Amino acid sequence: MPHPWIPNSYIKNELMKEVGISSILELFNDVPRELLLVKNLNIGFGRPLTEYQLVRVFDNLMKKNAYSYKVPPFLGGGVCFHYVPAVVKHVASRSEFYTAYTPYQPEITQGITRALFEYQSLMADLYAVDVVNASVYNGSTAMAEAVRLTVRVTGRKSAVISRSTHPEVIEVVRTWSEPVGISVSTVDYDRDTGRVDLSELEDQVRKLKPAAVAIQTPNFFGIIEQDLKEVSQVVHENGSLLIVYEDPIFTGILEAPGKLGADIVVGDTSSIGSGLNFGGPSAGILGIRDPEEKLLRQLPGRLIGYTKTVDGEDSGYIMVLQTREQHIRRERATSNITTNSTLEAIKAAVYLTLLGSTGLKKLGESIAGRTAFLVERLKSVGLEPAFKEGVYLREVLFRHPNVSDLRNFLKRHGVYIGPLVDRFYPELSNCGLVCVTEVHSKEDIETLAELVRKFSEVMAS
Amino acid sequence: MTIFRQAKWNEPIVYEISRDSKEGVLLDEEFRDYALRFLSKLPKHIIRDSLNIPSLSEVEVVRHFTRLSQMSYGVDLGPVPLGSCTMKYNPKICEELASDRRIVEAHPYLDEEDVQGLLEILYTLQKWLAEIVGMDVCSLQTPAGAAGELAGALMIKKYHRDLGEGHRDEMIVPDSAHGSNPASAAMAGFKVVRIPTDPRGNTDIEALRAALSKRTAGVMLTNPNTLGLFEEYIVDIAREVHGIGGLLYYDGANLNGILGYARPGDMGFDVAHLNLHKTFAAPHGGGGPGAGAICAKGALADYLPVPLVEYDGRKYYFKYDVPRTIGRISWFYGNIIPAIKSFLYIATLGPLVKEVAEVANLNTNYMLKKLSALPGVDLVYGYGRWRKHEFVISFEKLYKETGVGAEDVAKALLDRGFHAPTILFPLIVPEAHMIEVTETESRENIDNLINAYKEIINIAYTNPSEIKRCPQNTSVKRLDTVYGNLPKNIALTYRSLKGKTA
Repeated sequence: MPHPWIPNSYIKNELMKEVGISSILELFNDVPRELLLVKNLNIGFGRPLTEYQLVRVFDNLMKKNAYSYKVPPFLGGGVCFHYVPAVVKHVASRSEFYTAYTPYQPEITQGITRALFEYQSLMADLYAVDVVNASVYNGSTAMAEAVRLTVRVTGRKSAVISRSTHPEVIEVVRTWSEPVGISVSTVDYDRDTGRVDLSELEDQVRKLKPAAVAIQTPNFFGIIEQDLKEVSQVVHENGSLLIVYEDPIFTGILEAPGKLGADIVVGDTSSIGSGLNFGGPSAGILGIRDPEEKLLRQLPGRLIGYTKTVDGEDSGYIMVLQTREQHIRRERATSNITTNSTLEAIKAAVYLTLLGSTGLKKLGESIAGRTAFLVERLKSVGLEPAFKEGVYLREVLFRHPNVSDLRNFLKRHGVYIGPLVDRFYPELSNCGLVCVTEVHSKEDIETLAELVRKFSEVMAS
Repeated sequence: MTIFRQAKWNEPIVYEISRDSKEGVLLDEEFRDYALRFLSKLPKHIIRDSLNIPSLSEVEVVRHFTRLSQMSYGVDLGPVPLGSCTMKYNPKICEELASDRRIVEAHPYLDEEDVQGLLEILYTLQKWLAEIVGMDVCSLQTPAGAAGELAGALMIKKYHRDLGEGHRDEMIVPDSAHGSNPASAAMAGFKVVRIPTDPRGNTDIEALRAALSKRTAGVMLTNPNTLGLFEEYIVDIAREVHGIGGLLYYDGANLNGILGYARPGDMGFDVAHLNLHKTFAAPHGGGGPGAGAICAKGALADYLPVPLVEYDGRKYYFKYDVPRTIGRISWFYGNIIPAIKSFLYIATLGPLVKEVAEVANLNTNYMLKKLSALPGVDLVYGYGRWRKHEFVISFEKLYKETGVGAEDVAKALLDRGFHAPTILFPLIVPEAHMIEVTETESRENIDNLINAYKEIINIAYTNPSEIKRCPQNTSVKRLDTVYGNLPKNIALTYRSLKGKTA
């Protein structure tokens, strides 16, 4: 049965005649007979669907999702609800972009190489580093690639990661590292400040002399790591490399990691144009501060660079340094990465261009201001931050004796907080995250606080 | 020659359009007092005092990127016959539905009970994919094909270690394989053993047999392979690999050619990755994001990356207790948006996926028949065999006779309004064009492409310098790949470029 998505399915006989076969099965005559499927695959709904039938099927499935945000969700845990401007979605829907392949023929895909070059340039400025690649899959794999990069550069076989780095990121680093003999250890956080325990970090670095020390700021608890300079000193004194994971949304107000001693920077574009997408896709940001050019040749992923036309009269952008990559170097490549997250990188470039320097700073301030307001309001209704001496940004880890009930109570009112963190940190059993971003109004935060107060009343009665 | 002119905007780099006083987006400053108090709590040296990214107005941003988009080329403009990339048409209904707010605004840490519809989609897709490849279980954790390869290689590694056979440190890969195969094997810590291709275009079974040993962990194969040929001895290969205790890995890049006709699981493969952005019509996004799936059967299923989506008869949930899992390959649950597009694609076609393979193969063999009859064109492997989803021709003869090589022909195709196929790959075919028109090109489009080849070859024999000057009609003429790679010229950011040209 023919289908409109397969134009020549309507003229199969004509093509069979051209090819010189009388049965389509002849095209499969080299497939051993016992392998040829006789049954129809049990997939789909047993018959093709019309477009409208598909819409109905899809809509019915979506109706099975019970969540309904009465106010924008306060859910955190590394990714939060940020606004994606219409301009970003509009540009990403240009099908010259989204239906294109990797720019293997750069003369006809200058739009993509140019946009990626701009992405690389913007990211390098945000993080104050020399080079950012054209993206990897997401923040977690960017971190895993970063750790492996340090192992190749230093020849050492261990990495130390702050335990307050996103736990799923740490898991990914372990999956990508431990089977090949790279040991991964964690450094605990200070119970009062929520920041990395500097003396434990120092001890571990001295003892292990790791390839890398990796640290996330603001960390999984929402706490700003204030000692990057000190960490950097310890790390570099011991010949290790410093990896800093920072969400790009904060780079308008926090000093760039590249200026605080990071050798490698890592991030994710979820906050700057990709959106939540139930966890993916986004683009992974991976950059290097590389004054002595020790890291560049070991950097994984595509790189776009400037070049001239062969006739020397014009210029353009192409993929460069491809001898690091799998399609040329095969088993000696710096990574196996092929498909990356180009469209998400382009979206990030659009987002950043739209905001500009002032916008990004204002946005950072607006999130910082909301965080401060949130902490104040939560305190006023008896919700205490888990770390009394820490400074929170965007996400706040708070403590409540009935945190799980509280969360469910809020959810029944269409207000979403979380996740609770005990599945990652058993010692933080009564703690949950609340995330606040530019989308939350004063009233939204008041609504949250009011519901917390109500919950306490219900519990007391 | 049909006239084609790509847009050529004299569009400056975004930094050069910038002006400080501009803003592209309005932001509230309602919490400014709180922000200032907040910042005063931090040590000064960790507060940013200067940031220099471009500032544009909204309309300028839109124009800038719309102009750039006009200097790009995708399937919606014409054929992108890149071999092994399966650049099929991306149905618009899948795009529209997958951008539903109920998906893009779903937070990954919502409770399972609140996202039952989403989980049902993912669970169903896992089931469908497992049925398509003949495996027991699929995981959607892998954000792309290569991530699936890494997962598969790590699964194979852990499997052998668990059996006390950690000494198996060799992965066998044919010389026609995608570069990501040896790269993935190496990332998982394997030594890569290379196997040649026989004249019929199969993996050389004698050489394979000779390479198998007690150090063999597994064999990675693409089937149909990168020559577009089905591995005729796959059953023997599977038997022999298993016979010495090795495992068989399936690279799903070329699944399109056997969809609904043959299944890797039935062939004896133990683990397989799929590229949802190839076979199942999710768009490629100019290089990504894609989505992968990693599927396994038998004992290997216990090694899949977590979480999987499960169903207990009442509700859908994330399953983390996979007994011997290699862990997480990526955070959260994979690339959900492309995965949903693939779900919608399979839901639409259902049993018609067979039609996909049939027409993809018909289109391939039709085009091969016409092209291989042209002067200067040769087949290097597999004479007289039917191709599946793609075929490879060599322009070595044309190059020797005219000086016009595979790359020149590719650039001349651009001038005629087509994207070029994959060139100079697989490495075993000199001056290669690896062509995959997929099932979504009409006969008229294929004929136009064939005619473009004809014309280019004719000109190559009469006036080769005309072809060597191509492309002329794209937004930029032929780019110098040497210049941009010279250490003194390397410029990967605007900052560095400005430094070099100042």
